[in-house]
Amino acid sequence: MEAIRQDRTEWVKIHPLVVRITHWINAFAILVMVASGWRIYNASPLFDFKIPNELTLGGWLAGALQWHFAAMWLLAASGLVYLVYGIVSGHFRRKFFPIAPRAVLHDVLDALRGKLAHEDLSVYNAAQRAAYLAVIVALIVLVLSGLAIWQPVQLQELAALMDGYEGARLVHFFAMAFMVLIVLVHILMVILVPRAFPTMISGRARRKS
Amino acid sequence: MKRRGMELSLADHSAPQIHKIERRLFLKQGLSLGALALLSGCALTDDENVQTVLTGMSRWNDGVQAWLFDPNKLAPEYPESAITKPFPFNAYYGENEIREVDANSYKLELSGLIRDTKPWTLPELYALPQTSQITRHICVEGWSAIGKWGGVRFSTFLEGIGADLGAKYVGFKCADDYYTSIDMATALHPQTLLTFKYADQILPPKYGFPMKLRVPTKLGFKNPKHIMAMFVTNTYPGGYWEDQGYNWFSGS
Repeated sequence: MEAIRQDRTEWVKIHPLVVRITHWINAFAILVMVASGWRIYNASPLFDFKIPNELTLGGWLAGALQWHFAAMWLLAASGLVYLVYGIVSGHFRRKFFPIAPRAVLHDVLDALRGKLAHEDLSVYNAAQRAAYLAVIVALIVLVLSGLAIWQPVQLQELAALMDGYEGARLVHFFAMAFMVLIVLVHILMVILVPRAFPTMISGRARRKS
Repeated sequence: MKRRGMELSLADHSAPQIHKIERRLFLKQGLSLGALALLSGCALTDDENVQTVLTGMSRWNDGVQAWLFDPNKLAPEYPESAITKPFPFNAYYGENEIREVDANSYKLELSGLIRDTKPWTLPELYALPQTSQITRHICVEGWSAIGKWGGVRFSTFLEGIGADLGAKYVGFKCADDYYTSIDMATALHPQTLLTFKYADQILPPKYGFPMKLRVPTKLGFKNPKHIMAMFVTNTYPGGYWEDQGYNWFSGS
């Protein structure tokens, strides 16, 4: 039985090297940016709560700002490589499209019932497509609102799109919350489908023939 | 074997072994989260090599901001109705420790790359051409507030005293032992004012009597209050917060 199964399994390449490298650099940069960002948030909370300091990075405001403004270059560089590669190589078009709202809804409901199929890891289901695209959009909004907060005078035209400095802070916060939520779901899904995890390292997945 | 079992039971969540595996994975995940938690707090930031990289990046960001800085770009100005009331007091000490500077004996000391280093009395400073602005003060902590400051254009003052306008830095020493410094390009920006008034009244002690440098193109802590002395130099002067790790340029 074991031998027969072995025979029927073939390895297929599902994640290109550029995607794997940028995935992990982005993941590290985002972790640093979120953890340090939470510390920065705590210095002057927008809302009636603080983030527990144990979950934050930097030790104090100055340290958190140093981490935040160092990691932003890493995220910008890696994110840009990923975006340019995704668009130019056709990776986005092949993996994320077509995306139909009805299919997304269907797959999200299936996922909630624990019925979502992950048989073929080389093809993203509609819920995945929507989630990954949403993270990309959230990150773009995070970078733009972050730039507006960082340089609200020099980049005041950008800040004005978000109703100025205070508006940009709100946009930055909600884009962060949205992105963190999707990343948490993403991690939960990897825990539920653990064989997806090594594919983002080796790039290969087994597929039954 | 385990992984295969996992695969097979995915379709059927009632299988007992998946719960065992899930729990184990969850534990593993929990452990790595714990390892991540070690990253937080001072632990990692205190590491010398990490700190060297972070400080280096902060210097790099000084350069990027100096490059981004447009000497002709004006900070947005607001109507009187937008002024934040009351304008928040902020310093490295509490409101009960505000310094009182004696107006009669006050003299602004000048030094460094300045032609005429004659000290200035308050009546002499008040006699300079005055202007005012209503701009947003943005604190490095994140909050912001709109206020109205009045005084002389700093560029007018610097030209008047014969400061070397090609020098790199202007440094400030304050009555409350605070100190900071700014780049010459920002010092010469048309909205950078040496102010003596807040909301059309002589600056009260809590807003920095007798004078505060208002720099709407920089964060709040780059706006020194109770200025007692200033100097022009090519040697990096640092600052009270800057020397503790806050970004020096801190433009906005």
